[in-house]
Amino acid sequence: MHFRSKGQKIFNVVNYILVILVCLTCLLPIVNTLAISFSSPTYVAAGDVYFWPKGFTTQSYEFAMSNGKFLQAFLIAIERCLLGVAINLFCMITTAYPLSKTTKQFPDRNFFMFFYVFTMLFGGGLVPWYILMSNLHLLNKIWALVLPLSVPVSSMAILMNFMRSLPKEMEEAASIDGAGNFRILWSILLPVLTPSLATVGLFAFVYHWNDWFSGALFINNPAKYPLQTYLQTLLTNMRDMMRQSGSNYYELLQRMNEQTGRASQLFLGLVPILVVYPFVQKYFTTGLVMGSVKG
Amino acid sequence: MLTKLKERFRKEWLFLLMMLPGLVLTAIFSYGPMYGIIMAFQDFNPGLGYGGSPWVGWDNFKLIFSQATFLSAVWNTFFISFMKIIFSTLASVIFALQLNEIRQNGPKRVFQTIVYIPNFISWVIMAGILTDILGTNGIVNEALKVIGMKPVQFISNRQVFPWTLIFTDMWKTFGFGTVVYLATMTSIDPELYESAVIDGAGRWRQTWSITLPMLVPIIILMTVLALGNVLSAGFDQVYNLYSPVVYPTGDIIDTYVYRLGLQNGKFAIGTAVGLFKSVVSSVLISISLFVAYKFAGYKVF
Repeated sequence: MHFRSKGQKIFNVVNYILVILVCLTCLLPIVNTLAISFSSPTYVAAGDVYFWPKGFTTQSYEFAMSNGKFLQAFLIAIERCLLGVAINLFCMITTAYPLSKTTKQFPDRNFFMFFYVFTMLFGGGLVPWYILMSNLHLLNKIWALVLPLSVPVSSMAILMNFMRSLPKEMEEAASIDGAGNFRILWSILLPVLTPSLATVGLFAFVYHWNDWFSGALFINNPAKYPLQTYLQTLLTNMRDMMRQSGSNYYELLQRMNEQTGRASQLFLGLVPILVVYPFVQKYFTTGLVMGSVKG
Repeated sequence: MLTKLKERFRKEWLFLLMMLPGLVLTAIFSYGPMYGIIMAFQDFNPGLGYGGSPWVGWDNFKLIFSQATFLSAVWNTFFISFMKIIFSTLASVIFALQLNEIRQNGPKRVFQTIVYIPNFISWVIMAGILTDILGTNGIVNEALKVIGMKPVQFISNRQVFPWTLIFTDMWKTFGFGTVVYLATMTSIDPELYESAVIDGAGRWRQTWSITLPMLVPIIILMTVLALGNVLSAGFDQVYNLYSPVVYPTGDIIDTYVYRLGLQNGKFAIGTAVGLFKSVVSSVLISISLFVAYKFAGYKVF
């Protein structure tokens, strides 16, 4: 930037090339999967497909769409995300606001803060968690997937720190005008909190969309699996799924195989993440950085 | 006394009301399972419940610590976690430094966005992608063939498998570290660089004497926080990639608990292993949070 020698120029070029190579290693595996999903099974089985489909076909996607299981799991995942993100955001906001107060305004603040931090430090473990769910009769219900972890502590701390970093005058002016706590939170704080809310909302969405394990734990009925849990069973059982699909298995094998079938459904499962990502990306860094400002 | 309490309640009731939903849910779902820990000291039988199952003292713990499979899972957990921390940190720092050398803001942001993507992909989908590209006919082995190397069994070779875990984790997560380190670098005072240039320092010198030292505190902070979670070596990743062939080197505490406690229905022993992990973890996390607070002023609350 300050002076440009020949060595500097060479360095810049080499650096650019290395950075681009690293970026490619992040993208190409996804491109490879996409190419496989659109390729004909003979090329895929021979290992001939790299980053562009060979023997282009949409058979695997048609199979995924016509086989009701995929769409059903997809819808359940969307339902879970809507419910889960709403519950997370509501609980995080209503928890972060009181906890952003000083001990003078809210004398028991530190007790409640510790109540939440302790859940980060210690837990009952997997087996007791499962038995609790079973005792509460929540097995096979969507509530088992959205009610636990309603207050993700690190995200809540981001919101809390952000609320604390706002100028005190904003709230004081509002309370002189006669606004109560709920009103201050709703019409003064929430509008300025948008970047932080987008950040923690994205975290919550990604968590609920990507989580397969609570589905595997608490849902025993495959017809009620959310998408990731369903996809997880595909990793081992794609062949069975093709056999049970009702169409002639050997005829089906001419048009697709396990690998293309799996690749297409994995890619479809990835689409919502890829769609949301660019929109929230710009909030993401700012939200993260602002939230980490210590109060 | 009573008036004091009343006064306090008058001040707080609105906050308490506001917090109620989160408090109730957290009490049930995060504190609720802690009651189940008593199973670790019982010969638990679901039919008899917590009240009816016989007490056995420390027998479950004695049993697990005599199991070679458990001890190797503990060792694997430490090994895999430590290596992940080392390699992910190195990759993030180096890549952030490389991005920092790129002066054009547009491309810089694009690169940063790209390497951050894998973070958001679930391990289920990732495992599907990885078994494709790391398989015998996958692109990685095809590439190895081109440069004249023998194909590697990344997923099913016992010696290779832990390194597959370590490097795929590095590949998936380094983008997050890059974002954090790059944010720190952009906040370094430009005057430092300007005066370095006047003193005749080239880019290497600037990186070595200004950028890296400014990064050290945040690198230490991130590492300390990661060390607190050393007993969680990545359940989702391991579970979706491993197979019985690689259990001796790839099984970690969390997968061990899941297989034993839930898939094989040994509730009490699974709980005992889980409790062992929770206790050690809580000590490690407390230490890491304390160290992070002491040396970097980091606090969660």
